[in-house]
Amino acid sequence: MIRLRRLTKVFAGQAGAAVDDLTLDVAAGETCVLIGPSGCGKTTTMRMINRLIEPTRGTIEVDGRDVAKADPVELRRRIGYVIQQVGLFPHMTIADNVATVPRLLGWTPARLEARVDEMLALVGLDPASFRRRYPRELSGGQRQRVGVARALAGDPPVMLMDEPFGAVDPITRARLQNELLKILAAVGKTVVFVTHDVDEAIRMGDRIAILRDGRLVQHGTPVEILVRPADPFVEEFVGADRALKRLGLVAVPDVMAPGAGGAAKGSPTVSLHTSALGALPALLAAPDGAVTVVDAAGRPVGRLSFADVQRVLTDESPG
Amino acid sequence: MTLLGAAVDYIAQNPRLFREALVTHLLLSGSALLVAAAVGIPLGAAVTRRPRAAFVALNGVNVARTIPSLAVLAFMLPFLGIGFLPSFLALAILGLPPIVTNTWVGIRQVDPDAVESARGMGMTGSQVLRRVELPIAVPVILAGVRTSAVQIVAGATLAAFIGGGGLGDFITTGIGMMQVELLLVGAIPVTALAIATELGFSLLERALTPRGMRES
Ligand SMILES: Nc1ncnc2c1ncn2[C@@H]1O[C@H](COP(=O)(O)OP(=O)(O)OP(=O)(O)O)[C@@H](O)[C@H]1O
Ligand SMILES: [Mg+2]
Repeated sequence: MIRLRRLTKVFAGQAGAAVDDLTLDVAAGETCVLIGPSGCGKTTTMRMINRLIEPTRGTIEVDGRDVAKADPVELRRRIGYVIQQVGLFPHMTIADNVATVPRLLGWTPARLEARVDEMLALVGLDPASFRRRYPRELSGGQRQRVGVARALAGDPPVMLMDEPFGAVDPITRARLQNELLKILAAVGKTVVFVTHDVDEAIRMGDRIAILRDGRLVQHGTPVEILVRPADPFVEEFVGADRALKRLGLVAVPDVMAPGAGGAAKGSPTVSLHTSALGALPALLAAPDGAVTVVDAAGRPVGRLSFADVQRVLTDESPG
Repeated sequence: MTLLGAAVDYIAQNPRLFREALVTHLLLSGSALLVAAAVGIPLGAAVTRRPRAAFVALNGVNVARTIPSLAVLAFMLPFLGIGFLPSFLALAILGLPPIVTNTWVGIRQVDPDAVESARGMGMTGSQVLRRVELPIAVPVILAGVRTSAVQIVAGATLAAFIGGGGLGDFITTGIGMMQVELLLVGAIPVTALAIATELGFSLLERALTPRGMRES
């Protein structure tokens, strides 16, 4: 869907390249998270994809078409863009901000209005109370959510999201991450998502691309990156607790011993829907090192022991 | 009798003369301001994306600003003779600099992030200008129009020197005949007009500033 080939950008008057020989594929429907230290070229990469800046060398294909040959205006209307600094229009109401792309696409007023309300509700802003407000009457986090709603409003097949949840508190952030994951699962958008937060990268990314000084250091699934960091830089970047992060990606049903019996009577229980990481506190508290896994109705469906969890960590295959 | 009373008396005795001068003055100023805005705003906006053209336009316009108003009017004489047209043209030129400069400044100070997101969402260059840059620049542009309007209203007094008419006629005649009360018949209304223009445009500025950008 998005193919970057030997993409390079050298800004005028600068010695080094901001983006250096970057080759990267993002499959249709996939979310690729770009992560790396400040100044490593994440924003520059995005701005080349929608042609806000032109590459020095290399090619970009979106949907099989070379963007260098596309009409930039038409291209950008099909690519939702959440800029790092949000960039809401101060003279327009929240509703008008969100309606920007649908309006450019010539939607009817009725459809437009319905879409605005739908998008605001989606990012957790009550349409009735926010529609008519102005950007400066919102908090930083609320503005950021409007930015996301605005980028989604035209229902673009491709999204570029530059730190969309950077100014949002952890609880709202988790909610927005979930909402976005739901939307993405439902409509299959191809997304390039920038973040500084490794946990967010792991949650949001089908694949993660780690950049350093404009170069791609590692590209892989979250598990691949947690299990086999390409070099000490990546290892340090993902953090000393990568083993725990890895457990966070494992669903309890995938590692438990299925079956209704077997657990000691009165042993602690965990829900079927938690991750191995989520089950850890219960395991630690269990007298015999094992817990009963229960479904939503509280019926036992399996048994999870320390050994099961350990097997995840010793199993080096990232699959 | 006081001078002021004499001036009021003069107006009362020559109502048509006074009304004609006032109307001419307003017509002259109004049309000059309209043309200055119609030329100055597009010019200021056009050069924001062309740094070299901006350099030329802004410097040109600022040099023009240093020429005394009377000299601008005098320059018209050899080309267009005397009367309404040369006066009107001179006043329009006089009013141009603040409008061009403020339009340029107003657009330049628009938050670059708003412009970036506008472009990134697929607005064309002219859509960015019309939907984002100009509306955000409105307060600054209107401040330029206000300065220009006050200069034109005051400057129109000088039109009397090249036969343009207006309230300046009373002043020049008053000076020529050494009649101070006649001079006041021109000077007082002109002053009042200038103040009213200043106030009127201040109100307009406030009314036309987008609600999301007003100081609360
Ligand atoms: N328009 C520009 N002109 C010149 N240099 C630029 C420009 N934009 C970015 N750079 C430089 O290119 C490099 C990469 O910048 P970029 O904005 O892509 O970093 P980033 O990875 O997005 O960083 P951050 O995480 O801080 O947002 C930096 O060294 C930056 O100074
Ligand atoms: Mg950036």
